[in-house]
Amino acid sequence: MEAIIETKQLSHIYSAGTPFERGALLDVDFTAYKGEYLGIIGHTGSGKSTLIQHLNGLLKPTSGQVLFQGEDIWSDPKLTRLTRFQVGLVFQYPEYQLFEETVYKDIAFGPRNMGLDEKEIDRRVREAAYFVGLRDDQLDKSPFELSGGQKRRVAIAGVIAMEPKVLILDEPTAGLDPVGVESILGNIRDYHQVHNATIILVSHSMEEVARTVDRLVVVNDGRIPFRGTPREVFQHGDELERMGLGVPQMTRVFHRLRAMGVDIDPSVYTIDQAKAVILSKLGKGAV
Amino acid sequence: MSNEIIQTQDLHFSYTTVEGTAPTVLNGVDIAIEEGSFVAILGHNGSGKSTLAKHMNAILLPSGGTVYVDGMDTAEEEKLLNIRRTVGMVFQNPDNQIVANVVEEDVAFAPENLGVPPAEIRQRVDDALKAVGMYEFREHAPHLLSGGQKQRIAIAGVIAMQPRCIVLDEPTAMLDPIGRSDVLRTIKTLNRERGVTAVLITHHMDEAAQADRLIVMAKGKVVADGAPKEVFSRVEELKAVGLTVPHTTQLLWELRQEGCDVPLDALSDEECAHALYTLLKQ
Repeated sequence: MEAIIETKQLSHIYSAGTPFERGALLDVDFTAYKGEYLGIIGHTGSGKSTLIQHLNGLLKPTSGQVLFQGEDIWSDPKLTRLTRFQVGLVFQYPEYQLFEETVYKDIAFGPRNMGLDEKEIDRRVREAAYFVGLRDDQLDKSPFELSGGQKRRVAIAGVIAMEPKVLILDEPTAGLDPVGVESILGNIRDYHQVHNATIILVSHSMEEVARTVDRLVVVNDGRIPFRGTPREVFQHGDELERMGLGVPQMTRVFHRLRAMGVDIDPSVYTIDQAKAVILSKLGKGAV
Repeated sequence: MSNEIIQTQDLHFSYTTVEGTAPTVLNGVDIAIEEGSFVAILGHNGSGKSTLAKHMNAILLPSGGTVYVDGMDTAEEEKLLNIRRTVGMVFQNPDNQIVANVVEEDVAFAPENLGVPPAEIRQRVDDALKAVGMYEFREHAPHLLSGGQKQRIAIAGVIAMQPRCIVLDEPTAMLDPIGRSDVLRTIKTLNRERGVTAVLITHHMDEAAQADRLIVMAKGKVVADGAPKEVFSRVEELKAVGLTVPHTTQLLWELRQEGCDVPLDALSDEECAHALYTLLKQ
């Protein structure tokens, strides 16, 4: 697989040289591959937000490098700027960042800053709005007339409209109800598939990452202790628990079953897998 | 007088807009919350659950029907102070609820306004901070605390008023897993050890599962009401109103669809593992 973003021995120290000096990232080697759906998990204060802010050049490394398509993004100011357009970052609670008079203008803000012509801006705004399920008649409304969930869609559309090759979302489903969660995750998956874009999903929910991502990176104390497929990562249940993360509920149930003496594969992490394993044990259906 | 601390009778509510009246948010809600219980109210966005919560201490007044707090009709203005003393409210965003620059001053805000004597304020503040496990942070600045810690300060601020009931409107929606479990543990402790009635509005199934009683709202009405085990076993009905069930119940439900003989009310990891164990040993 071809890397799209990498960090090499990336360290970031906040308030260096003051009594509040605090190392947030320590010699981190991180890779996101082209076209993959990657999950980043870590509890509050683990350094995961600091890491993603380096990936599109919002923060500058204290030491180490950030490479986008193989080039150091800080080697040339033009490249730094390019990276900010190509690596889209949707913050936590992005609905608080809306500011324009209309939904249309808000979504158009990014593409306009890229210096695109009006026709292209219009195409991108409409396409991005379509991706997140906003109707045409909502484009002329003030974003502040919309519900919380709709505002979040507008904010995500504003980033998607830049058509980034890498889309990073920090807790995009926080505070939404189950229907809202499914719909936002569906929008992200659509963007991933249609644009063959790399998605980086930051989440607190083990259940959510378990069923969405191809690969997982765990951030803890400014380092990456585990990375790999969800199945590989969730094998470190006890360590994850100590990091305040835990494992999906299905994994916990299957570990208990095994502890009760049932000869069963404990590396299950979704309901579908659990069902398949149980049914095959009973001699029903294929795995 | 019965021991119901909150009671709604045929409660209707619609928000009034400039153009006239907006769609009905609450459409005939009849519930009674028993004193000392821990009740969770579950519903998707727009189900009316937060609007219902805001009726529980007269932040909103009914458009139709009646709400009683400890027997007091919330529509009677002269009862307002007593109602607010009886039922305290905690909201979703901790940053919007903290007013002071020092934790203990923030917690003292409500008792100061109630005219409580200084010595007693001191005692209530210390007591409230201990109750939420934040006593050692009493001299800290709230803005430097984590979300979960801030939310516990907000709860302490309500506890310092010594309400008999505390209504929490999605108190964990903006918190990480550690913050969520700290806040939930605090709510349970207040309920179990101090007998404070707790009404938790949430859309986290795992939180709702920990209450004594679960009320499910959809389209401004109560659609299910009972013990969590019982309510969650009504998988189809919950799905029909846009809610999911805990993964344990979902797995057991799917296995039943395949003809397996498993109970649906095995909510916890342990119960679910036992149910599967029994199934495999049959």
